[in-house]
Amino acid sequence: MTIFERSSEGRSAYTLPDEESYGFAPEENLPDHLLRKDKASLPECSELDVVRHYTSLAGKNHSVDKGFYPLGSCTMKYNPKLNEKTASLEGFAYLHPYQPISTLQGSLELMYKLDKLLCEITGMDSFSLQPAAGAHGELLGMLIVKKHFEKLGDSNRAKVIVPDSAHGTNPASAVMAGYEIVEVKSSSDGIVDLNELEELLDESVAAIMLTNPNTLGLFEKHICEIAERAHQKGILLYYDGANLNAIMGKIKPGEMGFDIVHLNLHKTFSTPHGMGGPGSGPVGVKKSLADLLPVPRVEEADGKFTLNEDYPDSVGRMRSFFGNFGVLVRAYTYISLMGAQGLRHASEMAVLNANYLKSLLTRMIPEGYPGVCKHEFVLDGGKLVSEYGIKTLDLAKRMLDYGVHPPTVYFPLIVNEALMIEPPETESKEALDSYAEIVKKILQEARDDVEMVKTAPHNVGTRRLNEALASRQLKTRWQKESAT
Amino acid sequence: MKRFTKEHEWIEAKGDTGKVGISDFAQDQLGDIVYIELPDKGKKLKKGDVLCTIESVKAANDIYSPVSGEVIEINGDLDANPELINEDAEGKGWIVEIKLSDTSELDDLMTEEEYRKYAKEEG
Amino acid sequence: MHKNPYIPHSEKDIKEMLKQIGVSSIDDLFSDLPKQKNSSLNIPDSSDEYSVFRNLNTLAGRNTSLNDMAVFRGGGIYYHLIPSVVYALATRHEFLTAYTPYQAEVSQGTLQLLFEFQTMISELTGLEVANSSMYDGASALAEAALMSVKITGKRKVLLAESVHPEYRDVTKTYCYGQDIEVGAFAYDKESGQVDPKDLESMLNDEISAVAVGYPNFFGVVEDLKALKEALPKGVLLIAVVNPMALPILEAPGKLGADVVVGEGQPLGNLPNMGGPGFGLFAARKEFIRKMPGRIIGETVDQDNNTAYAMILQTREQHIRRDKATSNICSNQAFNALVASIYMSVMGKEGLVEVSRRCFDRAHYIHDRTKTMDGLHPVFTGPFFHEFVVRFDDALDRINDGLLEQKILGPLNISNFYPELENCGLICTTEAVPYEDIEFFMARLEEML
Repeated sequence: MTIFERSSEGRSAYTLPDEESYGFAPEENLPDHLLRKDKASLPECSELDVVRHYTSLAGKNHSVDKGFYPLGSCTMKYNPKLNEKTASLEGFAYLHPYQPISTLQGSLELMYKLDKLLCEITGMDSFSLQPAAGAHGELLGMLIVKKHFEKLGDSNRAKVIVPDSAHGTNPASAVMAGYEIVEVKSSSDGIVDLNELEELLDESVAAIMLTNPNTLGLFEKHICEIAERAHQKGILLYYDGANLNAIMGKIKPGEMGFDIVHLNLHKTFSTPHGMGGPGSGPVGVKKSLADLLPVPRVEEADGKFTLNEDYPDSVGRMRSFFGNFGVLVRAYTYISLMGAQGLRHASEMAVLNANYLKSLLTRMIPEGYPGVCKHEFVLDGGKLVSEYGIKTLDLAKRMLDYGVHPPTVYFPLIVNEALMIEPPETESKEALDSYAEIVKKILQEARDDVEMVKTAPHNVGTRRLNEALASRQLKTRWQKESAT
Repeated sequence: MKRFTKEHEWIEAKGDTGKVGISDFAQDQLGDIVYIELPDKGKKLKKGDVLCTIESVKAANDIYSPVSGEVIEINGDLDANPELINEDAEGKGWIVEIKLSDTSELDDLMTEEEYRKYAKEEG
Repeated sequence: MHKNPYIPHSEKDIKEMLKQIGVSSIDDLFSDLPKQKNSSLNIPDSSDEYSVFRNLNTLAGRNTSLNDMAVFRGGGIYYHLIPSVVYALATRHEFLTAYTPYQAEVSQGTLQLLFEFQTMISELTGLEVANSSMYDGASALAEAALMSVKITGKRKVLLAESVHPEYRDVTKTYCYGQDIEVGAFAYDKESGQVDPKDLESMLNDEISAVAVGYPNFFGVVEDLKALKEALPKGVLLIAVVNPMALPILEAPGKLGADVVVGEGQPLGNLPNMGGPGFGLFAARKEFIRKMPGRIIGETVDQDNNTAYAMILQTREQHIRRDKATSNICSNQAFNALVASIYMSVMGKEGLVEVSRRCFDRAHYIHDRTKTMDGLHPVFTGPFFHEFVVRFDDALDRINDGLLEQKILGPLNISNFYPELENCGLICTTEAVPYEDIEFFMARLEEML
């Protein structure tokens, strides 16, 4: 039932202070044609109606707090509760972005320190905390690339190289910055084919976007050669930080030769995902590119924090105000809790978890690529079809019935019937054992009663959806008529 | 007689015009089709140009023109019923009619028999 | 072994897991990393949650909370009353710790609430289709500009100078990438509305869209109807709105706006120093395939029960890659939830009441300023809950004095508009009690 159907005329859930009006009515002060004639049809509910409604909706969601959520490349780690507590402190949550900076010194200090922490973790020299999400950071990164070559007076660089295993945001972001995409194929061992890449490198290329480890969970072990060859041709190397959770305290993007990185604070630094956002996608650069970062930038002098807009080479603003400041507070809290040792430990245990779960699952489903993986791995679901008569999708849907979330499925695109699994460090050995047991059970079920698996889920309250109908009828809002 | 491309389009030419669509194999691969972005009548195409885009739930695929020529008719039924392609890809689910500028281009395409064999191997 | 409450592995676990994997140490799992690279992290070591809290609490204490001031500052982020129930519900873990609803069957909560959110935004804006949120008002405007280029094939957008300066900056940054031209047209120095002559002089065959504020940055309500009539056919009208004004202002869609964008923070979201809030984005239905962002649609499941799904995903980057309508992936779904709960609580009548109270207070102060010495209302156009006044004296000095009295005074807009020297934007909302208004008036009278 929608909130609109719970609505009953004349009911209300709000109170406002008992104050009389000063007597300035819109009707007397606005031109008639700018006055709203029909009230917006919002619900009319009591507070309990609203509480019951959203509590019922909450019950229909899977969440990290509820159960294992090993979506590949999403880093669904547990989010310490302290994050929420600090972010909701009045001194952070009740701030106006245009307050005098003398009244925002705590926030500016936090941003300044977070910038330095992220620099240290990634090996970069300066960060902008303005981007609101990973893709937003990518766009900023690509605009910095554009500005860099513009400053050099080099107008021939029209291409950006992206591996075929890359996140979809990479090509989409580069196109938004005006670039043409050249795809580089992965070699049979799942990493960028060095020879193939070499052939693409020339003065028409502006940047190479890589994530390392890549979306197959494999470390691009030739990264230093790639960086060297790219830099020889003046090409910039961009690091998609979606997979940073594999390497904290083990190696830094800056040390691998990357010139620009973006991070996903909502992934690696445990600010929660919130059903898809808010995120935060800070961008870090090497010194030579620092002047191109967005303004304003937080600076410090004699213990006072200031905002500096005076960077004439800046690409400009990416977002209003200071970005998703509340997310920055959470990330800062998390890094403070974990410390250097904790972050390193997190990466080690994330990689241990992935390799462990991989070793359990590859007894049943072949691996996409051999060898040690990093924080995630990909399985080749082709055998599910040939041996069990089910698709990856069927396995995924049946997992829902067991109260766990399936992996990312059908991505990366270069693996047939792909399952991409990321078991973050906050999951215990028992959780992984149990996940493998569930897969085993489902495969047995497929042998015993394939139809049952192919029609799953059966007990999560909703069955498989008619997605074609959704996309054909395009009903994007509730309307009274449609309910009858 | 129908001729097919490696990209799974077909054309059924009569004289110098021909209806164009995608093969049954292709519709099966695409899954439930939800929308077709049809070209305008009068659009001139070279062989291999993007003719239209077909959207299924999970993918958007470019469809390429099997021949050079001009779009002289479009299948308006697809606007309201894109599922026609799923139901009858090589019949009622035709997409456009093209006036060929060079009928000899047809000779480069596969015959039905060749195509079915090719599609089987692809699958 | 380092103790960490968030990582469960015991020494025994690690040993067993390594054995199962078939390696002898953790280092073996990282043997493919380049050697001789500096990996040491020179950052403070881990800390217990109580010490971290104390540290963060100290930092927060160096800020001044809006709750400790009389707030007369707006300019894009607004101080409103937020019912307790809003965050009590929104911060449930099922919302906070869920991800993008890729598995629809176990994400019906998220999908339905976003569907309801879209409905509410549609209602407020008077446009058929709303998406499920953008990052903020500024990036929503930038994306609307890019969308207008895709729709019309023309490569120049015109922004009113009276649109929020930061939104214009962000739009320019976005347009820089694809070399899309961004032009500006002036505001009328008297009314504060768009100068129709200047707009007319800029219109030509190359324009994809024209964007104006509703209300604009000065708080002045633009006449969307007249603007739409002045635009040549095919040029899109983008309205940048404050959703809190829409309960009393005519729905922009009804007046001819083709796209409506705006900052959604006023709808129940904490000010958060400017973020996270959310960008709202609504458009005419014919543009749905060109829209950025996630859109939720109604459908049925196998048992024919109503259910919700992400639709037209083929527009999006994870499927369409380089041909996607936008690169946006993460959005501000949580903040859209906050807004939905807020609108559900305030309801049809409550939201109108809030909007009217904002209007009433601002007009009262405006009325008072007319008879005060040392300051003068600048514009004559109709306004919502903000208006510009020019001070005879230095505004920064006046604001310093007000701050000493714990008053967050008018936003000095001369940084954005050098021609508006010593001009301040005064804002009030329903959250500002009468005592604070009288206190503010009295201090101003003393100081001027």
